[in-house]
Amino acid sequence: MRGFLDLGLLKLETTLGKMAVQEITKVQELIYTTRVEDVMATDVIVVDPSMTVAEVKSLMKEKHISGAPVVQDENIIGIVTMTDILAAMEEGRLHEPVTMSMSTKVKTVVRDSVVAEVGNILGLKGSSRLPVVDRNGKLVGIVTTGTVTKYLLRRLDQSFQKNEQERLQAYRASHIFQDIVSDDTSVVLRFVVDDKDFSNAGKASSMIKKALQRLVVNPQIVRRVAVAVYEAEMNLVIHTDVGGEIIVDIRKDKLNVSAVDHGPGIADLKQVLQPGFSTAPEWIRDMGFGAGMGLANIKRVSDMMKLISEPGGGTRLDLVFDLKNS
Amino acid sequence: MKLKELIEVLDAEIILDNHGSDEEIPAGGAADLMSDVLAFGSPGMALLTGLTNPQVVRTAEMAGINAIILVRDKKAPPETVELARELGITLIRTSYTMYEACGRLYHAGLPGLGVVKIRNDTW
Repeated sequence: MRGFLDLGLLKLETTLGKMAVQEITKVQELIYTTRVEDVMATDVIVVDPSMTVAEVKSLMKEKHISGAPVVQDENIIGIVTMTDILAAMEEGRLHEPVTMSMSTKVKTVVRDSVVAEVGNILGLKGSSRLPVVDRNGKLVGIVTTGTVTKYLLRRLDQSFQKNEQERLQAYRASHIFQDIVSDDTSVVLRFVVDDKDFSNAGKASSMIKKALQRLVVNPQIVRRVAVAVYEAEMNLVIHTDVGGEIIVDIRKDKLNVSAVDHGPGIADLKQVLQPGFSTAPEWIRDMGFGAGMGLANIKRVSDMMKLISEPGGGTRLDLVFDLKNS
Repeated sequence: MKLKELIEVLDAEIILDNHGSDEEIPAGGAADLMSDVLAFGSPGMALLTGLTNPQVVRTAEMAGINAIILVRDKKAPPETVELARELGITLIRTSYTMYEACGRLYHAGLPGLGVVKIRNDTW
């Protein structure tokens, strides 16, 4: 296996040039997860045992192949290669049946084995083709170093294109502050959060996190913002009876988050800021929330926090994150 | 600790495999309070929890957690599995209790997060 693998990797490395190292380990992943039947060619050119060496020679020339299995009654009885033909020609056996010149020790591979096994056999003897059979030994396809390489290249290209797409989108998004010129450019994201909609809670935070990643904000800051926004979003879901709104204002050097609601408001602001203080109902606690750590968490991860509220007048939470060190 | 060792130590079953078995898990933590996870979670860590609602997956997403281990033989509801699939988070379940699952992992060399402190005086 090593022989073929190393050769395969070397070939790929040369072919793909600067493709990232992770793409190369992707090759290893692929050969252990791909089945032979997905890689093999199914239109197998076969040789009938009644054919002469000369006839096989013409067939190979016509079809541009350098070897073929010899098949009788759906069973592989041998394999004939260009080397066998050359030897027969030298010895003047051109008009004898091909069965005299073929090799009868044929290695085959079962269709549902993994591609790594093919590499094992192809590499060992230096043979370049391997008939694929089903569980009953019937010929169903053929694999060559060519079919394997072609398949791997196509799969790598697909994954490369996908990564490239994501990279390009991130590139475009992250350059918005250079591409759009004004005295103060900002990107504003607005999200509506419904109250008591527990199953959708966190969707806004998730989208905000993705947006920031795409804007190539420092990952540590992305994480801090995500934690703060998620806690704020859970507060809107749990504690308001009308839901609220989350607004994220992203500038070149800072990020402002506001969570605004027209809910019942907070009676004692000092009290809600105490770690551990909570008014959450039992069912919320059962779900792992309402431990009274939300605002403490938000305060800890943000660079500035302001909480404005009065009973009956709704609540407004303003956060600032400094992006300068990103 | 590699993900495959962790699975072995916990005699665990993979519900959803979004990382290779060679994925390195830098640390572990256990909580049933999601705010604690948000407060103390560290990127890449394994989270042991007895909660199975989708918010566990959301919390993991926000805290940058790669793997969630459900303890006490809990089964994950479909919406939790679906969200984990969407967000690329690995879900694992074990029949050990929280205490024993943590003990086994710690004993096998998976570090925790050390001493944490809630600052009470920041207001």
